[in-house]
Amino acid sequence: MIAVAMSGGLDSSLVAAMLADSDEELVGLSMLLWDQSTVSRNGRCCGSLDLGDARRVAQQIGIPHYTVRLEEEFNRHVVTPFVQDYAAGRTPSPCIRCNTWIKFDVFLQRAVELGADRIATGHYARIRQGENGLELHRAADETKDQSYFLFELTQQQLARSIFPLGEMRKSEARAEARRRELVVAEKGESMDICFVSGSVKEFVEEHSAELDTMAPSAVIDRDGRRLGSAGPYYSYTVGQRKGLGIAASERLYVLEVQPRENRLVVGPQEELFESGFYGERLSWIGGEPGGEVEAEVRIRSRDAGVRCRLRPLSGSRVEVELAEPQAAVSPGQAAVFYSGTQVLGGCWISAPEPAPMTMTNSPFRESRRASVSRS
Amino acid sequence: MATYLDNNATTPLDPRAREAMLEWLGRRHGNPSSAHRFGQDAREAVEVARAEVATLLGGRPEEVVFMGSGTEANNAVLWSAARRYGFSGHLVISALEHPSIRVVAEDLVELGMELTVLAPSVEGVLDPAAVGAAIRPDTRLVCLMSANNEVGTLQPVAEVATICRRRRVALHCDAAQAAGKVPTSVETLEADTVTLAAHKFHGPLGAAALWIGSDTEFRAHILGGGQERRRRASTENVAALVGFGEIAMWAGRELEERQEHLRSLRDRFEQSLGQIDDVRIHCQGSPRLPHTSHVAFMGVEGEALTIRLDLAGFAVSTGSACASGAVEPSPALLALGLSPEEALASVRISFGMANTLDEVEPFVAALSQEVGALRRLAPSLET
Repeated sequence: MIAVAMSGGLDSSLVAAMLADSDEELVGLSMLLWDQSTVSRNGRCCGSLDLGDARRVAQQIGIPHYTVRLEEEFNRHVVTPFVQDYAAGRTPSPCIRCNTWIKFDVFLQRAVELGADRIATGHYARIRQGENGLELHRAADETKDQSYFLFELTQQQLARSIFPLGEMRKSEARAEARRRELVVAEKGESMDICFVSGSVKEFVEEHSAELDTMAPSAVIDRDGRRLGSAGPYYSYTVGQRKGLGIAASERLYVLEVQPRENRLVVGPQEELFESGFYGERLSWIGGEPGGEVEAEVRIRSRDAGVRCRLRPLSGSRVEVELAEPQAAVSPGQAAVFYSGTQVLGGCWISAPEPAPMTMTNSPFRESRRASVSRS
Repeated sequence: MATYLDNNATTPLDPRAREAMLEWLGRRHGNPSSAHRFGQDAREAVEVARAEVATLLGGRPEEVVFMGSGTEANNAVLWSAARRYGFSGHLVISALEHPSIRVVAEDLVELGMELTVLAPSVEGVLDPAAVGAAIRPDTRLVCLMSANNEVGTLQPVAEVATICRRRRVALHCDAAQAAGKVPTSVETLEADTVTLAAHKFHGPLGAAALWIGSDTEFRAHILGGGQERRRRASTENVAALVGFGEIAMWAGRELEERQEHLRSLRDRFEQSLGQIDDVRIHCQGSPRLPHTSHVAFMGVEGEALTIRLDLAGFAVSTGSACASGAVEPSPALLALGLSPEEALASVRISFGMANTLDEVEPFVAALSQEVGALRRLAPSLET
């Protein structure tokens, strides 16, 4: 049996509809990830329109559909680290964490419990059988490719996953959804962080237990000269230009966020460029290559990529040397290594003062570490 | 063909009620408030239904106010008390109450009232003395359901009514899960107001009643029309009310055999549960509804179990279902003293008149298989 992860959006709805054509037994599963407790307290629990859409699509194509509550896990693995990242001056990547820890971990486990052997999702990426195991590749539609967000998947996770849209263009997907008259065929893309409805600053203030200050931050340049003040440090991320409110002859960008000092280091655009960085929690999809590796690296989801040389260090750390300097190498963001269309693996860009990350036990995570150490 | 074992959520419509309704979904129509003969016919149909519901409850027709749902009736009672006393004063409810009591009471706290929520014993029954101790000079209303919708325990409504009368406090009794299944008479309950809902005993959805004792003051919640003697504005849902009246009549006549049938199903089921290890039937020793069984399968998630059972063709439930079908641990279950793990490991099986003894054995076999599968999976995923 295949469990389709149905968000109620166009892509996952189409996946369900396409798989429903096959002989494979199918079940639709939606995740309830974020339930605003204030809303729930007044009795309007799980009123999410999107989950309602998922249920309607499941009815339309004639498959059973269930909603599984993963709020606690989502809060622990995605929302809390998101807030911690901001509090620590990093730029968070909640979508990657959601894939690694929720969709392809606790959700996959739940699907297995319900009798499924694989899950299908609406991700735009491709899984191929290679000589040394399964390979993760970029989607056929370069503009929609989501392989960046999947770099932490293990062989075990890939073996249990299906991405039916990997060969499709987004325009084809929409046309196909229309042809099938799916009730969600005209739905737009979801772009925002799904659990933040207002401003990130307010969200962090509301949900963080560890903010020492909500005071305005000091704005300094590389030489330590004070240029003025701005909002609290956690309202900014590296590379940000808007909202600084500092009058200067040239455009200023956030170069560094210093939480302890509640300080932003700013400078002109050219100072944003770095020719290398350190990464942590390095992982490989097909096992560790050993020694130095030449690859292409993407340091954010919408990034053209640049040649690099990476040197694995002890403790899953890595030093990455870029062929051309890149702007806004942001601590907390993922750096994903490619060879052509293939995702080799990736790491998390280190903060100037790396903070220990919380790790929790999970069969899929355990097996990943095992597979890395085996090779 | 799937087996439906979630009759506390709703029940299949009795064909006799359906027949009665069809008349008003086809050949006949009319607004009961209209002066012409179409209206007169519709009025007559509604009043016949009202008399049947009154008979089922042992009350008088003019005491029966038709409403759209049991939830609406429960809301109406709390709002009546709140408005009458200018949103001041004190409310007492049991922790077992349906959300249509509990959540409204919590909302009224935000509007200025005070609330005491009384926990039941571990046997799932409220101690009447606790009500006596909770009542204050400014207590406006006590709410105690006659039977709990999850574990099915019957509550000492009459004892609490005696206390309430002595203390001159109004008592509301939500009898939505009891009416039509166990004797539910306003004379024995002795509450001031009683809720019942047609679809819980094989009547149609969208038809419910609030019985309001003749000497009870009631302030309407839905205004804007003279229907229901100004106690609930809205054009009457004639077809649904006709079905309600019909099923009320049959339920009254068949109450004995209904109880017997439901109890035989439930008892057969609970006896067969012996073949599954580590099972706890909640409140088994307490006075219970004849058709409800609430069972914890230790080490198993109730949510996963209901999904697997549904895929296998058996519809049961955990907690209260919401629009998207997600499940949350019920505050009422936690109030019974169940640990969150036990509450989440629990499944509610509720039989109806359409179920047969032949269905029990295949169901228990499926239950045994799915519980076994989940228990085998759980440890393998942890290593």
